[in-house]
Amino acid sequence: MPDHALLTANIAHRVGALDLHISFSLTSPWTVLFGPSGAGKSTILRILAGLTQPQAGIITLQHRTLLDVEKGILIPAGQRKIGFVTQQPALFPHMTVRRNIAFGLQSLTKEKRDQRITEMLRLFRIEDLAERLPGRLSGGEYQRVALARALAPEPRFLLLDEPFSGLDADMKESILNELTTWLAARSVPTLYVSHDLAEAYQTGGDAIVIEQGRTETQGPVDQVLAPRRERLLRQLGIVSRPTQVPVPGESQTAPKP
Amino acid sequence: MDIQALWLTLKLATVTTVLLLCFAIPLSFWLAFGKARWKIVVEALATLPLLLPPTVLGFYLLVLLGPRTAPGRLLIHLIGHPVAFSFSGLVIGSMIYSLPFAVQPITSGFSAIAPEILDAAHLLGANRLRVLMEILLPLARRAIFTGAMLCFTHTIGEFGVVLMIGGDIPGATRTLSIAMYDQVQDFRYAQANHTALLLLTVSLVALLFVYAWGRQVRRA
Repeated sequence: MPDHALLTANIAHRVGALDLHISFSLTSPWTVLFGPSGAGKSTILRILAGLTQPQAGIITLQHRTLLDVEKGILIPAGQRKIGFVTQQPALFPHMTVRRNIAFGLQSLTKEKRDQRITEMLRLFRIEDLAERLPGRLSGGEYQRVALARALAPEPRFLLLDEPFSGLDADMKESILNELTTWLAARSVPTLYVSHDLAEAYQTGGDAIVIEQGRTETQGPVDQVLAPRRERLLRQLGIVSRPTQVPVPGESQTAPKP
Repeated sequence: MDIQALWLTLKLATVTTVLLLCFAIPLSFWLAFGKARWKIVVEALATLPLLLPPTVLGFYLLVLLGPRTAPGRLLIHLIGHPVAFSFSGLVIGSMIYSLPFAVQPITSGFSAIAPEILDAAHLLGANRLRVLMEILLPLARRAIFTGAMLCFTHTIGEFGVVLMIGGDIPGATRTLSIAMYDQVQDFRYAQANHTALLLLTVSLVALLFVYAWGRQVRRA
């Protein structure tokens, strides 16, 4: 594992038909965890967040051990300072948007808490929704509040499990731009799950490809995902032959005739 | 109308409901979210009073809390008098007899809360107590209210357990249902009719409260 790694994970976990054996090290502030549905992406994120305990493994976040099954180290989810937003996040239905965002800010003084809430409401353009209950929000609004709630405590690491899948393209792009700017300003590394090739390209950074519970390849997005991109373009009839891009794991992922 | 019996019945139902909620809420929390393998045994035991004849339960309690057993002797030593044929005996009996009426709805209420909501609370650093106070109790408030009302009305109409463990001591253990039994035995049908009507009204009003409040919560 590289010394400058932001997060390293070496996990073995078996649940139902999924037999997870993954190992990766994140060095880029933005990494896309790419793979088909059922490959184990969401399970990996739950393990990193501390919501699922794997049968074996080690997880280190910025040189702090979050999990070492062999040594019996297990930092609880609430102490990991990891933000996590899923495709279908669960806001607290009995609390207003403001109270939802404030939930993770209990350790702050009232003044700082109010300041942070205002910042989040402004960042996600949800000021008008502050006193509304989650049941009265649209899909896009709901998702933005979930992001605001996850970012409000200023996590050391952010996990995003396809959080924009329910949003229209304009809204998605707008939120993504503001989010990446905010994350970059605060140096919050992010692991972003996607099974959408175009989305993975759009967000850039590094990519880790997961196939059937195994780490297949890892590297810059445009290199790692190039074979898949070429294959997709060929299927669409846009290019007739693959470009020669040296990619680790090319032999496993090369487009089939 | 036996006002003394009415007062005692209301006191018994109130004390039983309050104490039972203090016990049933943590138990329901554990039944809904606990992972122990023997949870099923506790679940069955907590439901048992629903099926057991009240006289059987009353008999066992009478023996268990009496001077013939070690727990009974310990209890007598601690409170200075036998629990049987006293108000505290009635409370203990009523709590056990009404246990499923509180535990069943509250456990269902806790179980209906999406696990993602609890995950979110844990991720945001909430400890178990905060999750209970700020998430579980508010979200399960309708179930808790239902449990409380069922427990209250069930205790008001209780007969078998009360008679076995408390006997029929005016002012001490004679509740409305026992007073009504006495009235029938003495051929005082008009009085028995009034008592029966009162018991019926209390139960109906309590159920109306449960349904009206449930509808209000659903609309909110």
